[in-house]
Amino acid sequence: MAHQVSVFAENKPGRIEKIARILAEAHINIRAITISSANGFGVVKILVDQPQKAFEVLREQGLPVYLQEVIAVVLEDTPGSLHRVAKVLAENGINVEDAYGFVVERGKAAILVIQVEHEPQAQSVLERNGFTLLSDEEIYRL
Amino acid sequence: MYWEKDVETMPREELYALQTARLQKTIQNAMRTPFYRRLFTQHRIHPEQIKTPEDLKHVPFTTKEDLRQGFPFDFLAVPLEEVVRLHSSSGTTGTPTVIYHTKEDLDRWTNQVARCLYMVGVRKHDVFQNMMSYGLFTGGLGMHYGAERIGALTIPIGAGNTKRQIWFLKHFKSTVIHIIPSYALLLSTIIRGEGLDPRKDFNLRIILLGAEPHSEETRRRIEDIYGAKAYNSYGLSEMNGPGGAFECLYQNGMHIWEDYYIVEIVNPKTLEPCPPGEPGELVLTTIFRDATPILRYRTRDVTALIEEPCPCGRTHRKITRIQGRTDDMFIFRGVNIFPMQVEKVLMGIPEVGSNYRIILERKDYEDTMRVEVEIKPEFFFGDLQKLERLRERIEAELKAEILVTPEVVLVEPGSLPTQEGKAQRVFDYRVL
Ligand SMILES: [Zn+2]
Repeated sequence: MAHQVSVFAENKPGRIEKIARILAEAHINIRAITISSANGFGVVKILVDQPQKAFEVLREQGLPVYLQEVIAVVLEDTPGSLHRVAKVLAENGINVEDAYGFVVERGKAAILVIQVEHEPQAQSVLERNGFTLLSDEEIYRL
Repeated sequence: MYWEKDVETMPREELYALQTARLQKTIQNAMRTPFYRRLFTQHRIHPEQIKTPEDLKHVPFTTKEDLRQGFPFDFLAVPLEEVVRLHSSSGTTGTPTVIYHTKEDLDRWTNQVARCLYMVGVRKHDVFQNMMSYGLFTGGLGMHYGAERIGALTIPIGAGNTKRQIWFLKHFKSTVIHIIPSYALLLSTIIRGEGLDPRKDFNLRIILLGAEPHSEETRRRIEDIYGAKAYNSYGLSEMNGPGGAFECLYQNGMHIWEDYYIVEIVNPKTLEPCPPGEPGELVLTTIFRDATPILRYRTRDVTALIEEPCPCGRTHRKITRIQGRTDDMFIFRGVNIFPMQVEKVLMGIPEVGSNYRIILERKDYEDTMRVEVEIKPEFFFGDLQKLERLRERIEAELKAEILVTPEVVLVEPGSLPTQEGKAQRVFDYRVL
C-alpha cells in the first residue's frame, strides 16, 4: 500500500512553489504531482518518497493536507500496458476515482497511481492478475 | 444573584417614576449646555414641557455629527473643574467626539458595569483578564473598574500581544476574559498553533464578548472552542461604554438598564417609533449622568426591544443582539444586506473556519459580491468534489438568507488578513 499527500490550494500564483519549497526544505523528494481545480481553488496530489513526513511538515505550515491510501502499479513503459490495468479493474467492477502516471526509466517502467473506492479489493484483484504493486518503502527507493 | 436587587427587579411603574424624575433633572442639566440651550430655543421647546419619557418625542434627535460639531465643550453641563475624566472616540476621520465624566458619573458607570458582571456570575474569587484596549476607548477602563468593584483580581493586560495573552491565560489561570469576538476566534487558532488546548490548558469559565456585533452562531462557536459560557454585551462611549446592556444567564437578549437610559427604537428612515418587537435604530437618552447629558442619541445600531418579562426576574427590558449598523448596511443589486447576516450563515457551517471577508466590486457596470471563506483543515479529505459541494452549499445558504447569490471562494486557512482589534469584513471597491 502506498500513500499520497493531498493539499488544498487556491488557484493563485506561487501556491505550487510554496508547497514545493516546504517539501524541499524538509529534504523530501517529489516523485509525481497532479493538480485538479475548480472555482478558484484546487487539490494538489503529490507522491513523495516520505509521505508521513511530508504530511507533517505541510500540516505544521497550516495547510489543509490529507494523507491518503493509493495503489501504485508498476507498468511496462510500452503501448497497451495501461489498457491491461484498466481492463482488469473494469471487469471486476472497480471504479477509478483518480489516476495519474509517471515514468521511472524511459522505455522500461512506469508507475500508475490510482485512487479507488475499495482499496483492499482493488489491490487483491490486481495482484491476482500478476501486477506488481509498490509500497511506500519501494517508492522511496525508486 | 443580583448586585442591586431593589433596582434590578423594581416594578415597572416604579421604574417609570424613577425615569420621569431623573429625566426632569437631566433636562434641567441639559439647559446648562450650549448645545441644548440652542436646540431648545431654535425649536421653541420649553424645558418644563419635557416631563415624562413620552414628552421626549418633542426633542429633536442628537447625532454623532452634533457631538463632533459640539467639540470641545458644547455638551458639557458642569464646570470643567468638576470633570475627572474624558473619553473620546477615534478621531481618524476628523474631529473626535468627547464625553466628560464627573467623579459621581464614573462611580455610577462603575456600578453599572459591576451590576452586569455580577449578573453573569463574576465574583470576588475570579481572575479577570481584560483583553480590551485601555485609554481613550471605553472598553478597557470601563470594564476594569466594574470588575475591581466586585473584587475580582483584575489584569489590565489590554488588547493585542497574543503571545502574552496566552502566557497570562496559562499562568494566572484567568477565569473571566473580556474580548472582541473576532479576536476570540483568531486567538484560538494561535493557541492551538502553540500546541495548547483552550478547553484543557486554561481555566476559563466566563467570556464577555464586546465591542463588535456578532451572531448567535459565533457565540456558540466561541463557547465550544473555549469550553466556557460567552455573554454578549453592548455599549458605546457616548452612553458611557461597556455596561449599557448585558445578557443575563438566560443568554436571550441584553438587559438595558432603564434607570440609566430611556430607550426608544425608531425606523431609521422615517424616524417614527417602531411597533413593539420590530427592529429599528436604538435611540438612547442618558438620565443618570451629570457632565455630559445627551438626549435622544441616534446610536446607528439596529436592534429590537423584547417586551416579555425575563425569567431572571429583572424588570429592565432587553434588546436583541445588534443586527447591524444603519451605516454598515450595504446595498447589493438593490437588496439591503447587513454583514451580520453573512456571518450568521458562515458560522453555522462547521467546515467554515473563523475568518471571512466580503468583497464588492463593479465590473462592466455589473456589481459582484464575493465572499472569501477560510476552510477548516480538519474537514479536508483530499477531495475536490467535496470541496465544490461545500462551496455550493455555502452559496445556497447565503442566498436563502440574503436573497441574492454571491460568489463564494474557498481560501486557505490563515490566508485572509487578521486584525487584533475589530475585524473589517466588508471591502467595497465599487466606484460609481
Ligand atoms: Zn434576564
